[in-house]
Amino acid sequence: MPAADPGVLAGFIRALRASEVRVSPAEAIDAHRALADVGFADRALVRDALATTLAKSAEEAARFDACFDLFFTRREFATGAAEEASAEGLEAMILAEDAAGLAQAMEAAAGVVGASDIQLSTQRGLFARRLLDQMGLRGLEARIAALRDSDAPDARALAERLGHGRADLFVQAGAFIDRQARLYAGETGRRLREQILARQAFTAVADEDVRAMEALVRRMARRLAQRYARRRHRAKVGQLDVRHTIRRSLAHGGVPFDVVWKRRKIDKPRIVVVCDVSRSVAAAAQFLLLFLHCLREVVERLDAFAFSDRLVSVNDLLDDETVDDAITLILERVGFRPTDYGRAFEDLFDDHGASLDRRTTVIILGDGRSNYVEPRLDLMRRLADQTRSVIWLNPEPETYWGQGDSRMDAYARFCRVAKTCNTLTGLERIIDDVLRTRLPR
Amino acid sequence: MTSAPNDLRALTPVPGAADPLTSVEGIVDGLSEVGYIASRRIATSLYMATHLQKPILVEGVAGVGKTELALSAARLLGLPLIRLQCYEGLDEARALYEWKYGKQLLYTQILKDHLGPELGQAPDLASAMARLQGVGDLFFSEPFLEPRPLLQALRTEGGAVLLIDEIDKSDEAFEAFLLEMLSAFQVSIPEIGVIKAETPPMVFLTSNNVRDLGDALKRRCLHLHIPLPDQALEERIVAARAPEVEARLRTALVTFVQGLRRLDLRKPPSISETVDWARALVLLHARTLDPALVRETLNVLLKFQSDIAAAEAKLDDLLTATPGRGGGHARR
Repeated sequence: MPAADPGVLAGFIRALRASEVRVSPAEAIDAHRALADVGFADRALVRDALATTLAKSAEEAARFDACFDLFFTRREFATGAAEEASAEGLEAMILAEDAAGLAQAMEAAAGVVGASDIQLSTQRGLFARRLLDQMGLRGLEARIAALRDSDAPDARALAERLGHGRADLFVQAGAFIDRQARLYAGETGRRLREQILARQAFTAVADEDVRAMEALVRRMARRLAQRYARRRHRAKVGQLDVRHTIRRSLAHGGVPFDVVWKRRKIDKPRIVVVCDVSRSVAAAAQFLLLFLHCLREVVERLDAFAFSDRLVSVNDLLDDETVDDAITLILERVGFRPTDYGRAFEDLFDDHGASLDRRTTVIILGDGRSNYVEPRLDLMRRLADQTRSVIWLNPEPETYWGQGDSRMDAYARFCRVAKTCNTLTGLERIIDDVLRTRLPR
Repeated sequence: MTSAPNDLRALTPVPGAADPLTSVEGIVDGLSEVGYIASRRIATSLYMATHLQKPILVEGVAGVGKTELALSAARLLGLPLIRLQCYEGLDEARALYEWKYGKQLLYTQILKDHLGPELGQAPDLASAMARLQGVGDLFFSEPFLEPRPLLQALRTEGGAVLLIDEIDKSDEAFEAFLLEMLSAFQVSIPEIGVIKAETPPMVFLTSNNVRDLGDALKRRCLHLHIPLPDQALEERIVAARAPEVEARLRTALVTFVQGLRRLDLRKPPSISETVDWARALVLLHARTLDPALVRETLNVLLKFQSDIAAAEAKLDDLLTATPGRGGGHARR
């Protein structure tokens, strides 16, 4: 049973981390122990043993398999050369068709130039060149040039063969670096893009980034909901409720036979989200709805409404349809029309007034631009009075509030929080704030 | 919630003289002897779990054989199985230990008469208190301790197989509470001290992914995801679980089920449903898959009315794709 080379496993774990399999040091130690136990002899066994110690969910297992295949491949070198061997290094190996030797030399060179440090796929050319230099490409090229110039009878043919070998070497090095890039660079590039996206204004997201943005929204909503659910799930924690125990003991002549434990009251706040989907916020609306959809999947007691001039409940749509369908349907039904906040508030009170009570937190997503129609500030005041708090998230910067047809400055007075929010990070931060501090436990 | 450990142990034949745990193949063979057809990945994680002494977290859709794996492992190892079913609101008192409050109260009542004179003899209040304290400690000792599954598993001599079923249904607090138990195989009871397992139990945790488990828990476990099996594996499973089914019918019914899984169903049938169906077909003396019979027994495979309707619509397509069909079926 060959001893495990710690370097190989360390490299593999780094590749795993790059492909989004999270590996903690403790798990790495487990993997080492597992390998020491099973050895390297049986590929399937190594793979299963590592999978069971390192990949901790079904998705991670799939990524693990892909990464394993990619990492533990060693491509065979194909050199179109002859049988005659010459004296030194690279040239010898090319002429001898020593694929294994070449592969080893390449791995060794890769270790020296740090091929696994590749960060971006655009660095591939650079790294391939460095790799070949390390393997002694310059020497080989000089030799080929010398052979071409010489008059010896076999020199031309030899130069030809070496030339072929060199070309193959380029291809192999390119493939090798590609593999390194796929293993190590994918993650950095993707993360970079996501970071940029998260900070980009909703309105400025390019079409091709929409998918990536959606994935991001979904992950953030899930994370929020999880954090929130954790707080809600504390129910009863075993502490003696002395008062109740004594009260019940009266029935047994003072013997505390029924022991009563304290229960913590589970808070069940309601969240009502009102989302503006009119023309002026169309770009942002898509993401707001997506966010709502994700949130609705994970937070109980969340009521969602959408409006531009009339307000409708979109709970059913969000529950029954897939994200894309739901968003399209909502936008078809109420979207892209001129906004009328006054009308929307009327609808909210007329049709759903009963659901607004002291336990309700209302989140309004919109720009507060009401097309110069009656803003119904009285209803806004009533909303603020009747509910626990009103939070307004506006995609426009604060300097625009109150300019033109914006009545945001007036609405803002009734809100517990009124903030500009036009990026994903902003949205997440505010919703997190809302869930944590604005709602009592 | 608890099993009868001794009965199980008595029942268990230790298969073969050689220890099945020395190799992965040994585990595959051993498991199949006790009626569980395992893939190599399943066997490998079992092997790793025994060698690294770590719990296994088993994930997969319902009915794929997660619980059965633990039962079979218990049979294979010849160890008693202790089972803890998780649910929302499960707490230490039900999982680990509880004081027998009733018994404590009863004893204090009965011993009241003895306590009076005993304390009466004390010269002053302080010494009476001291005496009472000595007595008080008696009430929080082993005889008043009610061990629950986790404690049972730690205290079973010679080890045990502990199955913590559907851990995802429990609260996060309980999950955190399990960490000490899972990493060090010990628990702390304030009144008694730390109880450490002499032989660490083999622990299986199962999860249906109702919620995501915490990273801390995942890190302490080996992970095993059991996917739905492919045709060949499923046929072997049916053969092991319902040996009465003839080979031709077996192939046909497994093909049919595999076809069902490709439909867009709310709950595709998993292995347990396939086995149930195979047994049902045997009871009905079916020799081939007759459309009428399939229609009547579809409710064994599919558990939602909408799924049954969807499958019925596609029934003919599915059956024509199924080999070994045709000819009258013999139902008596």
